[in-house]
Amino acid sequence: MYIIVVGGGKVGRGAARDLIGMGHEVCVVERDANTAWSINNELGEVALLGDGAEIHVQRAAGMNRADVVVACTGRDQANLAVAQTAQTRFNVGKVIARINDPRNERIFRTLGFDYTISATAAIVNAIEQEVSAGLSRLTQFRSTAFVLAEVSIPQVAPAVGCTVRDLSLPPNTVLALIIRDDDQPEVPGPNTLIQAADVVIAVTQPQHEASLREALTGVT
Amino acid sequence: MRVVIMGCGRLGSTLARELDHEGHRVTVIDVDSAAFNWLEDDFRGVTIVGAGEDIDVQQAAGVPRADIFLALANGDNRNAMAVQVAKHIHGAPRVVARIYDPERADVYRQLGINVVNPTTILDEMVREAAFGQRDDDTGEER
Repeated sequence: MYIIVVGGGKVGRGAARDLIGMGHEVCVVERDANTAWSINNELGEVALLGDGAEIHVQRAAGMNRADVVVACTGRDQANLAVAQTAQTRFNVGKVIARINDPRNERIFRTLGFDYTISATAAIVNAIEQEVSAGLSRLTQFRSTAFVLAEVSIPQVAPAVGCTVRDLSLPPNTVLALIIRDDDQPEVPGPNTLIQAADVVIAVTQPQHEASLREALTGVT
Repeated sequence: MRVVIMGCGRLGSTLARELDHEGHRVTVIDVDSAAFNWLEDDFRGVTIVGAGEDIDVQQAAGVPRADIFLALANGDNRNAMAVQVAKHIHGAPRVVARIYDPERADVYRQLGINVVNPTTILDEMVREAAFGQRDDDTGEER
């Protein structure tokens, strides 16, 4: 596939490195001359110097034949502009946008960009998981109302010693997997016993995350 | 009418002053507080320091209750994002963006945004000033 990465910072450069390693044809559009030089030095002549939000630069990068465009600058307004021109002007099939400020997720979604990556949101999520023993969302399934969540069972919790059948789980929630130290991951059945320190992977809906956490950990 | 203007440069401040004098309720947003020096002392509107494309800054500026949102900052990307946040998140009934790049202006028009493109406007005005009459699309001299 031909993939254009707009923004050659740590994220864009790392993406380009991996994509090239996977055998894809890659062009990195970078507006800082030193950064572009450094990318070319490492990866071969793959960097195009220019502002990737400018249509004439996009044309020079061959965006009309790109299969995928990744907009991953450090500025959300630039990423949105790249995503919109790639889609509207060049009919690029798949556009992936990086979101720096998680509050901007809403406008990207509203404008129809479902493929977004947000390092900030991922970091915040990881911090939340460390700080609050409990549930963390692993992913939101594309175009469904469901999420994949991970729950760590504490040493002391109402669910410890209960079977799955005994738990009062919220609606539209399925425990998909239980991961236990040294054991093979197990698909839980109604009679599976929940133990302290289990990691439970569940499919649920965003509005039921809190009650799922409460059912498994007792944390409200 | 309630008008929110993003960008208090020459254009934004001129419009803000005029609309204020005409009796509209004007709020001006700029990332740089020094930009508000462009406004006169008798400006009765509200000034807000912040990024005009920021969903929360727009909330604070009253965009959800505004009749008109004008994005007149210097960056095309910023203006384009700001009007789309105003329109699609805060439901502003009328938005206008200044987009310098004629090609991007076309893209945003296609997306249903009111765009003012200074480059094409000035292009025509300069041609008119230089040649004395508006050049038609054939490029031939008359």
